Formats: sequence, C-alpha cells, structure tokens
Amino acid sequence: MTAPLLQAKNLSVQFGGLKAVNDVSFEVWPHEVFSLIGPNGAGKTTIFNLVSSLYKPTAGRVMFEGEAISHLAPYEIARLGIARTFQNIELFEHATVLQNLLVGRHCQRHSSWWQDLLFTPRARRTELQFRRHAEEVIEFLDLQHYRDSMVVSLPYGVRKVVELGRALAMRPKLLLLDEPSSGLNVEETEDMGFWIDDIKNDLGITVIMVEHDMSLVSRVSDRVLALNQGEVLALGTAAEVQAHPGVIEAYLGGADD
Amino acid sequence: MRFLFKTRYEQDVRLFKHGGQKFWYGLLGAALLLAPWLFSDYFVSQLVFIWIYSIVGLGLMLLVGYTGQVSMGHAAFLAMGAYTETYLQQKGWPFVFSLASAAVVSGLTGIVVGLPALRVKGMYLAISTLAFGFIVEEAVTRADGITGGSSGISLGGLEIFGLPIDSEQRFYYVSLAVLALCILGVMNLMRSPTGRAFVAIRDSEISAQSMGIHLARYKTIAFTLSAALAGIAGALYAHKLRFLSPDQFTFLQSIELLIMIVIGGLGSIHGAIFGAAFWILVQQFIVTAKDWLPPAIGQQTGLQPTIFGLCLVAFVLFEPLGLYGRWLKIRTFFEMFPFYRKGMFRRQKSYLKSERLK
Repeated sequence: MTAPLLQAKNLSVQFGGLKAVNDVSFEVWPHEVFSLIGPNGAGKTTIFNLVSSLYKPTAGRVMFEGEAISHLAPYEIARLGIARTFQNIELFEHATVLQNLLVGRHCQRHSSWWQDLLFTPRARRTELQFRRHAEEVIEFLDLQHYRDSMVVSLPYGVRKVVELGRALAMRPKLLLLDEPSSGLNVEETEDMGFWIDDIKNDLGITVIMVEHDMSLVSRVSDRVLALNQGEVLALGTAAEVQAHPGVIEAYLGGADD
Repeated sequence: MRFLFKTRYEQDVRLFKHGGQKFWYGLLGAALLLAPWLFSDYFVSQLVFIWIYSIVGLGLMLLVGYTGQVSMGHAAFLAMGAYTETYLQQKGWPFVFSLASAAVVSGLTGIVVGLPALRVKGMYLAISTLAFGFIVEEAVTRADGITGGSSGISLGGLEIFGLPIDSEQRFYYVSLAVLALCILGVMNLMRSPTGRAFVAIRDSEISAQSMGIHLARYKTIAFTLSAALAGIAGALYAHKLRFLSPDQFTFLQSIELLIMIVIGGLGSIHGAIFGAAFWILVQQFIVTAKDWLPPAIGQQTGLQPTIFGLCLVAFVLFEPLGLYGRWLKIRTFFEMFPFYRKGMFRRQKSYLKSERLK
C-alpha cells in the first residue's frame, strides 16, 4: 500500500462566526483524480485555499507526502510541487501565453537576480531549457496557435486552457483545478475531460478538482467527496455519491423544505 | 507586419529579434555617437539631460511599469545618488567607484523604502513613499555638514581614468555609455525569470505566489534596482549641474518623474526614454514660448506644471499606451502600408464563435 499524497486531518477554518470548513478529513492517493462537489458555499474552494496555504486552518492540518504543510508560505507550497488554477482565471494578462507558461517554470530557476541582470551563460541556459519545457506543455494542450498572443486578447475558453498549461508547466506532483469547466461550452468541456485523463495517465499527476458539471465529474474522477456547509456528506465513486440521500437533499432540498 | 519564423529557442532570447532591428538600432547608435559633432553645445547639453532622465525613468519603469508598485518619492533616490557622488568625489574617489557607491547607497535606501511595500498596496504605498521623499528632502536640508544645507554645495571637475571630462561632448559620451549599460541591464532582467516574476506580481499577486514567486523578495529586488538606477542618474545629474541644493529634489519632481513615464508609455523600456525626451523637449518649448506668449500667461508661475498636467490628461484620454503606443501605431502604419486600418490596436473581445470560423 502506498502512502497518501495528500491528507487533510480534521481540517477546520472559521471566518468570524462562520465555520467555512468543519472537521473535514480525506486522503488523496497518488495518480487519482479526486473531485470535490457540493452546492455553492460548501467550502470547496476554501479547502483549495487551505491546501495552497492562502488560508491557515483554525484546527487540523494538511499533510503532503507525510509532512505538515499548513505553516508554509504559499510560494513554498508551490516549490513542493503543488500547482493550482483559479475559479476566476488569474493569468498574467499583459504577457504572452509563452511568458505565462515560463512563469510556471519559476521554481526551477537556477540563476539569481544579478545573474539575470548580466544575463550570464547560466541564465541563458536556464532560459533555453525553460522554453523547451514550455514548448512541451504547448504541444500537450495544442496551444501552438496562441504562443505569442497576449492573454488579454484571448477568448475565455483559451484562457482557461492557458491557466491549466501554466500549472502544468510547473511539472507538479499534485494539481488543484478549481472549476476547470466553468464558462466553457460543451465541446471545450469535453476537451478538458480528455486533458484531465491525459494528465493523470500520461503525465502521472494527481488531480484534485472542484467541479459542478456532474457529467465531467463522473467521467474523469476516481473518487468524489461531497461537501455541504463545510462538512463531509459522502465519499466514494461518482455513482455512489450521486445516489447518496444526503447529497440529493443538499442539492434539491429535503421533503420537508 | 513581420512574422518571425523561429526555429531555435535562441531566437526567442536574443536582444535583437531580427536583422531589421539590428540595422535601425545600429543606425540610431551611430547617429547618437556623431551627435556631439553635429549639434551645438546647448543642444548636446539637452541631450545629456534626456539621457539622465532616461536612467531615472528606466528605474521607475522597472518599479511602476513592470512590478506595479507605485513610488512617489523617486526624487529622494535621485538626491541620495547625487549627494553620495558629490561627497565621495570631494573625498577624491575615482568616478567608477563613486558612481557604483551612489548606486549602492541609493539601492540600500530602496530596500528600506520597499519594506512597507511588503505590507501595503496602491494608495497606501504611494503615501509611504511620499513620506520618505519628504524625510529625505528635510534631512538633506538639515545635514549641512555633508550637503551644504539649503545654501547648496558645488562639485569640482570630473576625471575618469586620468581623462578630464571638461567639455559638454565628453560628458555626453559618459552619460550615453552609462545609459546604454542601464538599458542593457534592464533588458536582460526582463528576458529572464526575475523580470517575469516582476510582471507576474504586477498582474496577479495571488497567482504569482502560487507559482512559487516569493513576493517580498521580488518586490524588494524591484525597489532596490529601481532606487539604484535613480542613484546612478543622480550621480550623473550632480556632475551635469555641478551644484546641488535641496530644492532640486522636491515632491514635485517625484510627481514629474511619474508623469514622465506614464506619458512615455507604461510597461516598456522605450516608454522610459520617450518620456524623458518628451519631458526635456516640452520644458525647452515652454522656456521658448514664454518669450512670445502674452505676459499674463507667460509669466505665470505654474505654467510648466499646468502644461505637463494637461499633457498627462490628454495622454490618459487619447493614448493610454503613451508615446510608445503611438510609435507602435505609426510603425505598423508604414510596415503595412496601405493596409493599415483604423482601430487595429483597439482591444477586441474575442468570442468563441470566431474561434470556429478560423
């Protein structure tokens, strides 16, 4: 039995009187796609922010590869190999697609700022190597056409893919996707599904995903965790979770509502 | 329009993207080298001012245009550089060392001023840098042992490796060389991870840190380098004027420097230089215009700030990309002649429909 890649242990976070996440525990195993579902305000994105250390838990902890990570700064989380995308795309808009992907390589830089200032041979080597890595992502996601376009001029669907690409450029061990299909049309959502499959199978990256589109969730996820009002409702395969009476009640309302 | 067919990653990294650029910049370089022989001393002296302001502009561009941090106290860094240079020159230090020290002293001050930037943003940062500007202005007036107080201090002749820089022409070459090195440094930064980290911080701090960028570290680097460039410019400024007094480094000048780079075009190296050239030329224009304007207008005290303010408003309204944006449009017009259309640079929303039709 392998060790879990990511563990949340009795995770809680409280904003004033609001318990956004309340005593949530789960484990994510290497090479699986793990989906978080739940109605709005269930605490899905909050869990993402806890994992990427943008929020600190009020109780409990997050473990990555057996080490507690909640005390680390967000940039240190990235260095561990955890990449993420955002619900409302957070790209570097006034830069080209290629430059965005290159920022994804930032953690692997070998040169310090003064070497960059002088553009020493080392800095040059790093740059060339980064470009090769970025090019691999461009090929993987079919972004060739947009390589040198400014992000600000790209349509929404493409931006979504670029953001995925930027996270992939980090060559992470764990990828957090916050609503990868929101704002995409049917065809683009389908593409997204294929890519998530490929990310899992070809690149061997573990994926945690927050998603509302149940058809995408059931297609790509190995396991699904349903949340409501910060608490775990159900955990299991997509079919099991969808059949769970608590989940149905959370989405559709109970008989007595 | 030129489309580059890239076959090697090297092509993406090099400074001149294609032969045409090499040719035109080479021509420009040659023209600038010949300029002191072709033009009058007065004109050459104005060019020197353009180079000096370009260096401060570059520094400010790095901070404001690329990293997105506002500084309203850049005149203070200029002052730090200028007074350090004057002090060390009086001690008899060689120019190369005193110039480097001016950059270092100013850069170290930049770290201190950058500290609030790690905590506050936008307007609050602007105010804290503004406060710093006032502190330095006051300190310079009070520390009359070093700075000569409000009566000012003068600086002797400059000598580099035994060569006296006693004419306008010679100083022109010195400042041009320093500017060229500064531009090269900034270009290097911007094509490497450090520069991209700056741009990342400007566009989205939250995703910058999720990409592994240490915000505090890079903001500090940006402040330091920006201040160091202002320090270098300050040192040259001291040699150019040969007389320093606190009223040369006021709050108003900090604002003018900011306006200068906005007019030049935020987020481009060209912008810093265009802005500096514009600033000097407009000043000259105002000085000349004073003679033929009716005295009621020409003798007004606030004439220069007013005209500058109007220029800023006009640019923000009609050409937000600044002079650099205008330059891009003109260049594209000639490159594509006669196919240039109006509104080609207007940002368009692209929709998914057009994706399919492609």
